Amino acid sequence: MAAVAPPTDGARRSVTLRIRRSNPAAGQGPSYSEFTVGAEPWTTVLDAILEAKRGHDHSVGVRYSCRQATCGSCGMMVNGRPRLACFTKLSELGDGAVTVEPMQNFPVVRDLVVGFDRLFRSHHSIRPYIVSGEADIAPGTRETPQSPEEVERYIQFAGCIKCGLCNSACPTMATDTQFIGPQSLAQAYRYVADTRDRGKDERLRIIDDSHGIWRCHYAGSCSKVCPKGVDPAMGIQLLKGHMLGFR
Amino acid sequence: MAREEDNRGGIRDMASPRRYGIERVAYWMMRLSGLGLLAYFVGHIYETSSILRGRAGWDELLAMTQTTEGHALLAVVIGMCVFHTANGIRLMLVQGGIWSGRPGRADYPYTPRSQNARNKIAIYSSIVLAAVAMVYGLTVMFGE
Repeated sequence: MAAVAPPTDGARRSVTLRIRRSNPAAGQGPSYSEFTVGAEPWTTVLDAILEAKRGHDHSVGVRYSCRQATCGSCGMMVNGRPRLACFTKLSELGDGAVTVEPMQNFPVVRDLVVGFDRLFRSHHSIRPYIVSGEADIAPGTRETPQSPEEVERYIQFAGCIKCGLCNSACPTMATDTQFIGPQSLAQAYRYVADTRDRGKDERLRIIDDSHGIWRCHYAGSCSKVCPKGVDPAMGIQLLKGHMLGFR
Repeated sequence: MAREEDNRGGIRDMASPRRYGIERVAYWMMRLSGLGLLAYFVGHIYETSSILRGRAGWDELLAMTQTTEGHALLAVVIGMCVFHTANGIRLMLVQGGIWSGRPGRADYPYTPRSQNARNKIAIYSSIVLAAVAMVYGLTVMFGE
């Protein structure tokens, strides 16, 4: 069988990649390193960073894993907007230099790597699992049946990969250090909308806090940057509707 | 150093209307018009309290609003008031879960359903209404 030759239409180009570097633990403040990397039409920002690591400076700090927008590890600011590096092609970003920085509203560990402690703490606080006394399946009983319509009420919110892009784009997260964040609020709605769940009252009590759901003023930026179509802003507003008694 | 570790966007990022589309612009304008109206109300209380200094005091302060700058300021107040009201009604409907869209399976390219055409039309309408009200206000004030 003949090998498939790569396209030779001259589409390969060079791109300048600017990476923000810092190491707070070592007292090294922010600076930018510039690298020139080759780019095909399908080259992603993560590919470019890894090429810079491979060919220029292996000390660039970056977190990644699946390379297919599933693990949520490689969130970063790409040209000033939160994106997944593995899900963003250089060709989408125009002809200029590409600047990558650590995600805003997250503490920097080193270079492009940020800490997720706060996000995971907030996520855990809303009890992200089905609360039900009927979890055990006894002989002669069925699993809790759900109609397709009942599944549609929450299934899009179940697609959250906890990448943190929504929290990074949120204007309230930018100023309120204790805000629970759009990721956790959307997940609270995911379980509130699930007909198998019995933990609604407790969850609503948890998020009805001075740094909870009412600090969301619907800027919608969380939904704009979500790479999985979760639409956290919708979940949060539907949750408010529940709390106000409109739904 | 603490800020570097923290890496929060801060007020500057919160107040930036760029990058995230018309919904973020509306968010920013809502904040700005709210603060502007608050400042106006404080000024308005000060203005009306001048009646305590008698008719002369009242006339003296009222004359300040009858200048070109005074008219321009009042036109801005009209614009802020109309935008804040119209966009506020939209936000009440959205935040009550009525205009926030209907959940369903997410399909690529994942256009957020919460940022639907109804919302965008409401935002642009609020801006147009505010502009029309400002023009009308200026016509009335300068036509006196």
